[in-house]
Amino acid sequence: MTAGGGGRIRAALDRLASRGERALVAYTMAGYPPGRGALSVFRGIVRGGADVVEVGLPFSDPLADGPVIRDAAAASLRGGTTVDGALAFVRRARKEEPGLPLAIMTYANILHRRGYARFAADAARAGADGLIVPDIPVDESAGYAAAAAAAGLDAVLLAAPNTPPGRLRLLASRSSGFLYLVAVYGTTGAREGGPPEYALRAVRAARRAAGGRIPVGAGFGVSAPGDVARFVGAGADAVIVGSAILRLAGTVPPRRLEDEVASLVRGLKEPTLPRGRRPFPRGPA
Amino acid sequence: MRGRFGPFGGRYVPETLVPALDELEEGYAAAKADRRFRAELAGYLKDYAGRPTPLYFARNLTRMAGGARIYLKREDLLHGGAHKINNTMGQALLARRMGKRRVVAETGAGQHGVATAMACACLGIRSEVYMGSKDAGRQSLNVYRMGLLGSRVRTVDTGSRTLKDAISEAIRDWTANVSDTHYLLGSAVGPRPYPGMVADFQGVIGKEIRRQMRGAPDAAVACVGGGSNAIGTFRPLLRTGAELVGVEAAGRGLGTGMHSATLGAGSPGVLHGMMTYLLQDADGQVGGTHSVSAGLDYPGVGPEHAFLKESGRVRYASATDEEAVAAFRALATAEGIIPALESAHAVAEAVKVARRMGGSKSVVVTLSGRGDKDVGVVRGRAAAGGEGA
Repeated sequence: MTAGGGGRIRAALDRLASRGERALVAYTMAGYPPGRGALSVFRGIVRGGADVVEVGLPFSDPLADGPVIRDAAAASLRGGTTVDGALAFVRRARKEEPGLPLAIMTYANILHRRGYARFAADAARAGADGLIVPDIPVDESAGYAAAAAAAGLDAVLLAAPNTPPGRLRLLASRSSGFLYLVAVYGTTGAREGGPPEYALRAVRAARRAAGGRIPVGAGFGVSAPGDVARFVGAGADAVIVGSAILRLAGTVPPRRLEDEVASLVRGLKEPTLPRGRRPFPRGPA
Repeated sequence: MRGRFGPFGGRYVPETLVPALDELEEGYAAAKADRRFRAELAGYLKDYAGRPTPLYFARNLTRMAGGARIYLKREDLLHGGAHKINNTMGQALLARRMGKRRVVAETGAGQHGVATAMACACLGIRSEVYMGSKDAGRQSLNVYRMGLLGSRVRTVDTGSRTLKDAISEAIRDWTANVSDTHYLLGSAVGPRPYPGMVADFQGVIGKEIRRQMRGAPDAAVACVGGGSNAIGTFRPLLRTGAELVGVEAAGRGLGTGMHSATLGAGSPGVLHGMMTYLLQDADGQVGGTHSVSAGLDYPGVGPEHAFLKESGRVRYASATDEEAVAAFRALATAEGIIPALESAHAVAEAVKVARRMGGSKSVVVTLSGRGDKDVGVVRGRAAAGGEGA
């Protein structure tokens, strides 16, 4: 039986924490931009210094996603992306980066259709370390979590700004890899003015609930280095960025894609570095 | 309240909505137990919406079918022209009771959007309705009606640009505005507690049928998109001997792939917060539906219907676009009643059911809505040579 990464995500976050660094988690979508674009985005993300990569597996009805990722999923599906094709992309990513923590983000029906156990086994075999499924809340997660565990995959659970303290503790105790805090109300994508005050309070509440037993990653609405810095300042162990990368990917010509993504990610990674290691003055964007 | 219907139902939603669904579940349970709430709803249903609706013996249709006596449960006579007001009035009162200042809703054919706009205007609640741009095009009059009633219509250009995508956008809106907004879901679909709550509000249909028939009919027939008028018809009849038949849209035929017969041709999956039957491909991508009636053009179905199909208590049949349009015309000429195209699917099947039953038997068909909104569609098909005028 093929096992997944065996805690590669958690190990990476712990290693960073031990040197006073936070993690940047970057999202890319299989099959987007269509053609070889997705691989360029992935390489740019890695070159830019992301610590964990989430590979989105497109679904026809991505409820948790805002316009950028929603439209990217539609474009990816129109381009012919299948589940097997997306898993092949994960396999390719794993081959290029043997030590990089990789998580698959997708929706419940994609897993359900194949069967939780078979999907988890296929994902592990492709080289994934974890699964993130925003529409399987903890109350519906029994079969899913068991399948992930059997395949050696982390099942990353999600929390929200309105999650009550008791439930936050439950989520922190059941999640593996890290606890994914959806820090703002609404779908993925940029917000004007960056993370609001309540989002920072949500980070602190999630950290309290986690009690140091599991890292907290904050995401949704992160598009600029300043947004990353605010979440880092509030105590997030990891900051997750997705739509900003895909928005860029949708507008840049293929030959410049990798460089431009790398540059964007480098800028987003900077605020997660320990103070002494931040490059200053900052190089060209 | 039941949250699961066998393996179906549940709450497959982003975490942000979990506290909101908990709040709604508690708020609804409290309202349901409150005699004043029930009396207030009953008052609005009587004096504002026009309940009880008549149960009409369709003499001419019965003669045409040549079998059991066919009765029409006239939900088409309700304010707004459809059964939708039973649910929107209930949920709007609940939203007000829970202190929500804003309502979002989705609509397919526009009937639920109109009924939401009416209930919200009546109770002084701000409302916004999401509608797929394909549906907005084929039901433009309802778009205008919603505007007249003070609702803001947001057209949705993503995916199939129909009901499925309107629901997704309404859920996204709710996720972003969860503290002051109630999502007024229009069918017996979605995460717990919606399917059970909507079935409760629509259950008035079946309860009246029992009272008006002085017992259960021998058969009851209703159309199924999400399935709210059907579950409202069936639920109070589940423990009787009545034969229950749900009718899905077979579109251009089940063999063509151009249909919305979720229970007839689909398989279990997860969409819009529920485990239910879906029309999906081998990977689990959802969609690719077709129906002449926007209200049935949905690749999912209420989870209780999925359960009732598997338990065998309800039989799920289907009617093609052509059969529905023929029934639409037949009811118009035979009885002087123009049904919604959605309801016409039920009429088509009811005639078949009546035909194989004896003259001493009775079949009730729920006429879920009136057909004024569909006259343009039927006229267009006739002009294009689809059916003789």
